[in-house]
Amino acid sequence: MSSTTNPSTHHTSTIGAIGAPSRRNTELALLLFAVVIPVFAYANVGLAIHDEVPTGLLGYGLGLGLLAGVGHLAVRKFAPYADPLLLPLATLLNGLGLVAIWRLDQSKLLQQIGQAGGKATNQLIYTAMGIALFIAVLIFLKDHRTLQRYTYISMAGALFLLLLPLVPGLGADITYGAKIWIQVGSFTIQPGEFAKIVLAIFFAGYLMVKRDALALASRRFMGLYLPRGRDLGPIVVVWMISILILVFETDLGTSLLFFGMFVIMLYVATERTSWIVFGLLMSAAGAVGVASFEPHVQTRVQAWLDPMREYTLSRTPNGDGMVHSEQAMQALWAFGSGGTLGTGWGQGHSELIRFAANSDFILATFGEELGLAGIMAILLIYGLIVERGVRTALAARDPFGKLLAVGLSGAFALQVFVVAGGVMGLIPLTGMTMPFLAYGGSSVIANWALIGVLIRISDTARRPAPAPAPNPDAEMTQVVRPS
Amino acid sequence: MNKPLRRIAIFCGLLVLALLIRDNWLQYVKADALREDPDNRRVLIARYATPRGDIIVGGNPITGHTETTSGDFKFKRTYKNGAMWAPVTGFVSQAYGANQLESIQDGILSGTDDRLFFRNTLDMITGKEKEGGNVVTTLNAAAQKAAYNGLKNQGGKGAVAAIEPSTGKILALASFPSYDPSTIAGGGESDAEAWKKLDKKNNPDDPMLNRALREVYPPGSTFKVVTAAAALENGLYTTADEKTKSPDPWVMEGTTTKLPNEGDIPCENATLRVALQYSCNTVFGKIGSDLGNDKMLEEAKKFGFTEEQFTPTRTSASVFSDDMNPSETALSSIGQFNTAATPLQMAMVASAVANNGTLMKPYMVDELQTHNLDALEKTDPEELSKPLSAENAQILQSMMETVVKDGTGKNAQIPDVTVGGKTGTAQHGVENSENPYAWFISYAKLSDGSSPVAVAVVVEDEKAVRDDISGGGLAAPIAKSVMEAVIDSKK
Repeated sequence: MSSTTNPSTHHTSTIGAIGAPSRRNTELALLLFAVVIPVFAYANVGLAIHDEVPTGLLGYGLGLGLLAGVGHLAVRKFAPYADPLLLPLATLLNGLGLVAIWRLDQSKLLQQIGQAGGKATNQLIYTAMGIALFIAVLIFLKDHRTLQRYTYISMAGALFLLLLPLVPGLGADITYGAKIWIQVGSFTIQPGEFAKIVLAIFFAGYLMVKRDALALASRRFMGLYLPRGRDLGPIVVVWMISILILVFETDLGTSLLFFGMFVIMLYVATERTSWIVFGLLMSAAGAVGVASFEPHVQTRVQAWLDPMREYTLSRTPNGDGMVHSEQAMQALWAFGSGGTLGTGWGQGHSELIRFAANSDFILATFGEELGLAGIMAILLIYGLIVERGVRTALAARDPFGKLLAVGLSGAFALQVFVVAGGVMGLIPLTGMTMPFLAYGGSSVIANWALIGVLIRISDTARRPAPAPAPNPDAEMTQVVRPS
Repeated sequence: MNKPLRRIAIFCGLLVLALLIRDNWLQYVKADALREDPDNRRVLIARYATPRGDIIVGGNPITGHTETTSGDFKFKRTYKNGAMWAPVTGFVSQAYGANQLESIQDGILSGTDDRLFFRNTLDMITGKEKEGGNVVTTLNAAAQKAAYNGLKNQGGKGAVAAIEPSTGKILALASFPSYDPSTIAGGGESDAEAWKKLDKKNNPDDPMLNRALREVYPPGSTFKVVTAAAALENGLYTTADEKTKSPDPWVMEGTTTKLPNEGDIPCENATLRVALQYSCNTVFGKIGSDLGNDKMLEEAKKFGFTEEQFTPTRTSASVFSDDMNPSETALSSIGQFNTAATPLQMAMVASAVANNGTLMKPYMVDELQTHNLDALEKTDPEELSKPLSAENAQILQSMMETVVKDGTGKNAQIPDVTVGGKTGTAQHGVENSENPYAWFISYAKLSDGSSPVAVAVVVEDEKAVRDDISGGGLAAPIAKSVMEAVIDSKK
C-alpha cells in the first residue's frame, strides 16, 4: 500500500527543500562563532588602545551572547525550518559593528566634535530593539502570505514614512545634505530604512496579482514589450512619488535603492528582460537629470571624479561658496593606509574622516584596521546574506514569497553596493549606511526586521509539506469482489 | 519565476565582485601611493609618533623633544638655545613642515630612512620604542656662541660663517636677528601666533632668513682678495711687493669717470701689499679692468661664485656677472656693481687662501648615526677646487697678514696668533644712500703653520652713524672672538 511510505517522498515539487533537516544546531554552532569573534575583537581594541583588556568585556560578551541566544530560541520555537545562516551572519556583522563603534568612541578627535563617547552603548540598545523586532516578526507573522492582504495599506504606509521628514517641526537636518531624519524627543529616526521593507511588501503584493497581465497583455514598441497602462500605471505612480519625495529630500542613494528594487521585482515577476534595459536607461536618465540641477549631488559627483580637488577645496575657506567635503579623500587614505592586512584593531586613524566616521564611513575604519583581508571577508558575509535571501526566494513556493524575498535581498545587495561603492570611490557617495555595521538605530532595527521577514519566508519554504490528505478515492474505489 | 531569480543572484554576485575588485585596487594596487601621500595626515602622525633623533654639536644635542597631551601628534620638537642654532638646525613644526637640516636629514631624524630599517626591525622585535637617528654636525659650540653673541651685541642685522680651511668643516653659522624654532614646533594656536609674527610679511627683520647661507650681500673690499688672487694667478703681477702700474686718480676704461679711493691713501703705483693694506680701489679696479670680465669670472668661479653650495643645506649662489664692460668689471672687482656674496662664500675665499690655495667643500654634517650611536654615514672632506697655487696663496697670505698687522684690520689681532684678513665696507641702496655693510674676512694661523679657522662676518646696521661703519670697526671684533673661540677649544 502506498499510504505506508514516508509522506515526504510523495511530493511532486521540483524544489528540494521539503524534508530538509531543521539545521537549528548548525545555527547555534555558527552563532557561537558570531559572538566569540566580536568578543575577541573587543579585547583586541582594548589592548591596542589602553594596553588592557577592556573592563566591559564580560558585559559586552554576555549582552551580545544573550541577544543572539534569545534570537536563536525564537527561531527554534517560531521558525524551526528557517535558513540557519541568516541569523549568525547578521549577528556577526552587528557584533563587529559594535566593536568598531566602541573603538571610535575612544577617539579624542571624535569626542571633541561630539561624535563619539557612549555610542556603542546606544548601538547595543538599538541592537536589542532590533532583535526584539526580529522576534516580534517571528511571533506575529505566522505566515508571510498574510502580508498580501496589506498590499495597498503598505503603499500608503511607505509614502507616509517617506513624507514624514518633510513635515515641518518633525524633520531634522542632522548632517549635511540629505533631509531624511525625523526627530521625536531625543530620538532620531530615518523612516526611509523602514519604508524599504514596507514598499517591498507593496511591490510584491501588487506584482503577484498583476504579473500575468504585465507579462502577457503587452504591446510591442520599438522592439520592447510594453504592458498596458492600467496594469503598470499604479505601480509606476507609486514609484515616481517615492522618487520625487527622495529627490526633495536629496536622498539619492535611497531613491536609487527603491528604483533598483522595483526593477528587480518587476523583472522577476514578468520574466521580461526588457525591464532591465528600461531600468538601466531610466536610472541613467534620472541620475543625469537630478545631477544637472541639484548642487548637493554635483558636489558629490565632483568629489567622486576628483576627491583630491574636493579635499583641497574643503581646506580653502570661501573657495567658491559651495560646501565641500574632505571625507571622500580621507576615506581613500584610510583604505590605502590599511593595505593588505590592515593596521590592526584600534591602531588606525579613521577618525580623520570626522563626523561620519562611525556611520556612513564605518567601512573605512574596517578597511584601515582590518585591511583588504578584512574588507573582503565582510563583503563576502554580505554576499552570503544576499545569497541566502535569493535562495529563500528560489525555495519559496508562492509567488508573493518569492517576490518579497528577492525584493528584500536585492535591496539589501544594492544598499551594500551603493554604500561600499561610494565609500571606496567606485561610484559617487550617497550617504546611506552599511547595514548592521554602521551606527544608527533605524538602520539596525529595520535590517533586523528585514532578516526576520526573510527567516519567516525561508521557514515556510523549507517546512516539510504537510502529509497529503488521505485520498478518499482510495477508500471509495475498493474492488468489491462479488462473492 | 526561477530563471530570473537565478539571474538576479548572478547580478548580486557581480555587485559584490565589483566591490571586491575595487577594494583590491584600492588596498593593494594603490595602497602604497595612498599611504605615503604627503597630504595623508597619517604620514605626519607617524612622523611625530616616535621621538625624533637629535642634532648634535660637540657631543651634546642641541635639540630635544617633549610629549604633547593634545591633538593627534605625540611628540614635539624642542631646541636648546634655538635662536643661536636656528641657521644650523632649521625648524620642524607639526603645522608648518620643516626646513634646512631638519628637512634634509628628516629620514634619519624621524627614523624612516632605509638604513635604519634593520635597527627599527630589531627594536620592534625586542619591544623597544622606535626612535630616530642622530645627525652629528661639524659645528663648534664655542665659536657659534661667540659669533651669535657678537652679532647680538652689535644689535644690527648680520651673519657669521666660519670654516676649518683644511677640511671644509663649518664651525660657526650665525644669523641675527634669529628666532627660536621651539616656538613654532607645535601645531597649536601659540605656534600659529609665533609663525605669523616671524613671517616676513609681518616682520621686516625677517628673522627666519638664514643670512649666513641664503642672503647675498655686496662683498665690498673683501672681494679684493679674489681680485688679488686673479692678478697673481694670471701673472699680471708676480709678487706682493712689486709696484703696480696704477695711477691715482684712475679714470675707468671707456669712461671719463674717476674711480675714487676712500680717504687720502698712498695708492698711486702702490704694491699689491700696500694696496690691500689701505684697500685701494684704484689698484684693484684697474686690475679687474686689465684682466677683463672672463678672467675675473674664471677666478671667482674657482672660489665658488655663481654656484649654489650644498652643505647639505643649500646656499644661495654668489654673483659675479659674465657680461660686463671693462668699467663694470672694474667696479665688480672691488666688490661693488653686480658682485654679491653669501657670508659662507667669503669664508670660503679666506679659507682657500689659508689652506695654501686649495678650497675644500664646506660641509656641516659630520656623521649620521642610529639612536644608539652606530655610525651610518661619515662625511669625508672633499676638495672643491684649486683657486690658486700654493706659492701665490702664500703671497696672498702675507698680504692679508699685513692688513691685520698694519692696515685696516688691526681690530682682529690676536696675541701669539698670526691673523690674516681683509675689511670691507660695501655701499648699497639707490645712489649708495643706505648704510653700508661692514665686512670682515679673516683666518688664523698657529705657530705650527696650521690654520684652524677662516671666518667671514657681515654686519648691516641701519642704526649706526654712517661714518662709524667700517669692516674693521664693526665686523673685525666679532671675527676675532670667533677665531679665539676656535683656537681656545683646540687647546
